[in-house]
Amino acid sequence: MSNISAAVTADRLPAEGRRVAARAADLRKTYGRGDTVVAALDGVSIEFAAGRFTAVMGASGSGKSTLMHCMAALDKPTSGEVYLGDVELSTLGDKELTRIRRDKVGFVFQAFNLVPTLTAQENIELPLSLAGRKPDPDWFDTVVDVTGLRDRLSHRPSELSGGQQQRVACARALLSQPDVVFADEPTGNLDSTSGAEVLSFLRDTVDSHGQTVVMVTHDPVAAAYTDRVVFLADGLVVDELHQPSAELVLEQLKRLTAAAGGSAAATGTMATGSEAGA
Amino acid sequence: MLKVTLRNLLARKVRLVLSGLAIVIGVAFVAGSFIFTDTLRATFDGIVKGTTADVQVCPKGACSFDSVADTRTIPASVVRQLGRLPGAAAAHGNDQVQGVYVIGPDGKVVGGGGAPGLAFSFTPTKAITGNRILTLAAGRLPHGVHQIALDQQTVDKSGYRIGDTVHLQTPGTPPMMTARLTGIVTFGEGNSLAGATLTMWDRPAIQQLFFHGRDVFTEVGLTTKPGVSQVELRDQARRVLPTGVTARAGDAVAAQNQKEIGKILGFLNTFLLVFAAIALVVGIFLIINTFSILVAQRSRELALLRAMGASRRQVNRSVLLEALAVGFIGSTIGLGAGYLLAIALKGLFGLIGLDVSGTTMPVHVRTVVVSYVVGILVTLVAAYLPARRASRVAPVEAMRDDVTLGESGMGRRLVVGGVLIALGIAAIVAGWIGSGSGGLTGIGLGALAVLVGVSLLSPVVGRPVVAVLGALYRSLYGTVGQLATANSLRNPRRTAATASALMIGLTLVSTMAIFGQSTKASTEQAIRQTVTAPLIVSSKTQSPFSPAIAASIRSLPGVKTVAELRIASGKVDGNDATIGAADVGQLARTLNVRMAVGALSAAATHTILVDAGTAKANHLRVGERVPLRLQGGTQTVVVAGTFATNSMPMPYLVSLQTLQAGGLKPMDAYLFVSKAPKADIDTVTAEIQKTVADLPTISLQTQQQFIDAQSKQIDQFLYMIYGLLALAIVIAILGIVNTLALSIIERTREIGLLRAVGLSRAQLRRMVRLESVVIAVLGAVLGVAMGIVFGSAMVRALADQGLNVLSIPWIQLVVFVVAAAVIGVLAAVLPARRAAKLDVLQAIATE
Repeated sequence: MSNISAAVTADRLPAEGRRVAARAADLRKTYGRGDTVVAALDGVSIEFAAGRFTAVMGASGSGKSTLMHCMAALDKPTSGEVYLGDVELSTLGDKELTRIRRDKVGFVFQAFNLVPTLTAQENIELPLSLAGRKPDPDWFDTVVDVTGLRDRLSHRPSELSGGQQQRVACARALLSQPDVVFADEPTGNLDSTSGAEVLSFLRDTVDSHGQTVVMVTHDPVAAAYTDRVVFLADGLVVDELHQPSAELVLEQLKRLTAAAGGSAAATGTMATGSEAGA
Repeated sequence: MLKVTLRNLLARKVRLVLSGLAIVIGVAFVAGSFIFTDTLRATFDGIVKGTTADVQVCPKGACSFDSVADTRTIPASVVRQLGRLPGAAAAHGNDQVQGVYVIGPDGKVVGGGGAPGLAFSFTPTKAITGNRILTLAAGRLPHGVHQIALDQQTVDKSGYRIGDTVHLQTPGTPPMMTARLTGIVTFGEGNSLAGATLTMWDRPAIQQLFFHGRDVFTEVGLTTKPGVSQVELRDQARRVLPTGVTARAGDAVAAQNQKEIGKILGFLNTFLLVFAAIALVVGIFLIINTFSILVAQRSRELALLRAMGASRRQVNRSVLLEALAVGFIGSTIGLGAGYLLAIALKGLFGLIGLDVSGTTMPVHVRTVVVSYVVGILVTLVAAYLPARRASRVAPVEAMRDDVTLGESGMGRRLVVGGVLIALGIAAIVAGWIGSGSGGLTGIGLGALAVLVGVSLLSPVVGRPVVAVLGALYRSLYGTVGQLATANSLRNPRRTAATASALMIGLTLVSTMAIFGQSTKASTEQAIRQTVTAPLIVSSKTQSPFSPAIAASIRSLPGVKTVAELRIASGKVDGNDATIGAADVGQLARTLNVRMAVGALSAAATHTILVDAGTAKANHLRVGERVPLRLQGGTQTVVVAGTFATNSMPMPYLVSLQTLQAGGLKPMDAYLFVSKAPKADIDTVTAEIQKTVADLPTISLQTQQQFIDAQSKQIDQFLYMIYGLLALAIVIAILGIVNTLALSIIERTREIGLLRAVGLSRAQLRRMVRLESVVIAVLGAVLGVAMGIVFGSAMVRALADQGLNVLSIPWIQLVVFVVAAAVIGVLAAVLPARRAAKLDVLQAIATE
């Protein structure tokens, strides 16, 4: 335990001017055995820079969710390495992983984000209270004000709208000031107005507080809020875009879909081409 | 639909195993009770048929199965007369003596002394079965007072061999005897004697030892000539018999004895079945919960079936069919388990002397039918409500994402529960004020109503308990404690039903604890206030002993008074009564009998004294003439006075002469011994001890030892009740396991979410454990609270019957609650482990 805390508190390595908040090296994740083996991740190497908003996109089954689960200490890769800051996750046991999730990672899910028996405030404070810590009151106020939940704190999830629930989830993810916030389709269940609120809020935490956010999404509009979009297909990183717009993302997705319909070689070529561009 | 039902059964094995187990335990209890009492019945039937002659001649009233040693006998001349009857092939006189115990080589009574010790003169009489009652199996028949034969089982148990010197304790003078074992006798068709021991002398020897050498008999057995019926011979015999002696046909005697035994066994069976019923009621809660949750989990699938055209009835029936299968399988296994339970009961009763090991255990069709009917019916009844709810699932819900069968409103429950509790409390209060047996009935019904009412209302009634625990949890365990409390409140009905199961068990346990403690306290107070004698002699086997013991103690130096207290059962004014008899002069010097009306010395010839409470309950007034029926006949006695409740061990007191006039042989139950003023108590005690030392069934106790021995007996009774209630509590624990396991499955995604945001496995396990403890403690607190009310009311209602001290064992009750918390922790072990193993990813795997 102590060596982990030591590692966690150590300074992170600078990479191209920015620290790396999380990275994966040759990450593989397979399901099943023998003939039925399926590779959800087929050797992914990727870095997420600190203080950036990154989107991970890809068709269903492209491995984007699996990648996020492995990066976020929710799932164990079959092989390869995952670093959160300097901590390598693959050797850690459940206790250490729980601690990492509690202290170093924040989560926002598509649905079922809140514990229904707790109030909004209790939900926001949940990771800290599980760790037996009190939130920093100034930061708590900031988070609550930014998310606009001040007058909703004593409400239970069932008394909140979908957008409000998702903002509570965001506030919870941010309160512990984690290294990375992982968001899995955070707007998937929301109408466009609520979705926009949540996305602007995530964008804002990156800009004003230097938070690192990684978001899995289907939605080109959502992806347009990010600094960088990473495209996955068949368990591999096939492309990426910087400073994306909704149109660019949509275009890129179309090309990917077309490529998937074409030959496997085409996918490979395109991937190489795009990476060269980055 | 059938296929769907069967698939569902297989798919939810664990769930169904748990609810099936409740049925198994309940049915096993039912089947075990029947099989065991049937075994006893078969044993006693064998004994009755194997011992009854074609025509039985006895002094009136002395020949029934439960008659005790009688003073009346039949002279030998009558036997000779009977032998000359035209219809009689043979007439044999027999002398039976009760209270003859075989002392094993280890100095202890063979068979433990719980079963009767009988002595006979060896007789060649044939029983109605056509076989001889007694057959010499080995050795020779005994001859003279120093030779005996014993029955095969007693020989096997004691380890004596032919030629050994056997020690005996008898009601004769002197009580201790020795004799050489010359032969072994088998009885009837080799049947079990239910633990009784048989000692045989020859006729002259037994008459010399126990009948002052007179050639008289306690009974005569007649055998019919071929072609002569029992009734014909009986009528012939009646014409020649002296008054006071009667002849009865063997079949009629056997039938009556079987009926009497059947009554006692019926009580035993009912007693056991009451506990089976409790177990089944608790099981119903478990099954309701299981099926409710199964239906809830499957509501989407049921909606799909409805959408595809299944009718409400079909859905309803598919759930009930599932219940039917569970009930059937549970009953089948329960029947088997019941057989094992009967074997265990047989062993248990063998320990206290009722040895029926020689009998095969009969499984009657009735046992099988009742087991299946009870098992299946209980399951169907319990599954009915969930099934109805299932049939109400609207087809459109198949399309929705999250389907939950809403908990229907509490409205009706509140009303019904409230009314029941109000009525129940009214009945209890009425019973409390009214007292007596009517009061007890009121309290019983009131308690039942309150119990059901509280079960219905426990989601509301239990709130303060959960609130207190919640506050405690929050301060001790922070968020985890808060989550656990919140979870237990999430399905208030389910939590309540689960807790109610435990509540029922603990209500009964606490009621019994208070009843037992109060009985002990009342007994102790009564003994301390009443008994002034420092020493008490009694029988360890509860069977009366020879007056020769009192005589020999009386002759010891330093002993001032030995008061003999004899006990008989009979009827006073038509009511069953336990009647004490004593020399009141001696009694007054050893007991402080406080009279309410009249004087103790009024207990003389033709009078009776009555306990004040009993007199009130049975409407006996002082000066009233009432019939007193004892074994040998009915006398008219005058109620000469009443004594204060609890100032005498028996509710009725008569003189020794009255008892003897009732045909009962003088046999003592208790001796109260006081010492001369100057005598040293230790010396006197040692002297008496020396006198009774070689009598293994007799114990000499100081007052404190006597009190302790009484308490121990009450404790033993309580432990037996606790043991029987334990099965209901086991079912309740299964219920907690079940509820926890199901709520964990329901909350898979939430648990995943909690794990994702940093709940450790240890914290998760603790959360489940705490939730379990909430349920268990809720049930325990409600149960103990009701137990206190019911127990106190019950004791109060029985105050007239001598239960005049209400003593509540607070520490024990607290221990019950703590034990319930521990049970909660244990019940959570498996569900918690399962929760900890859940995949964190489930929370976010929305695809």
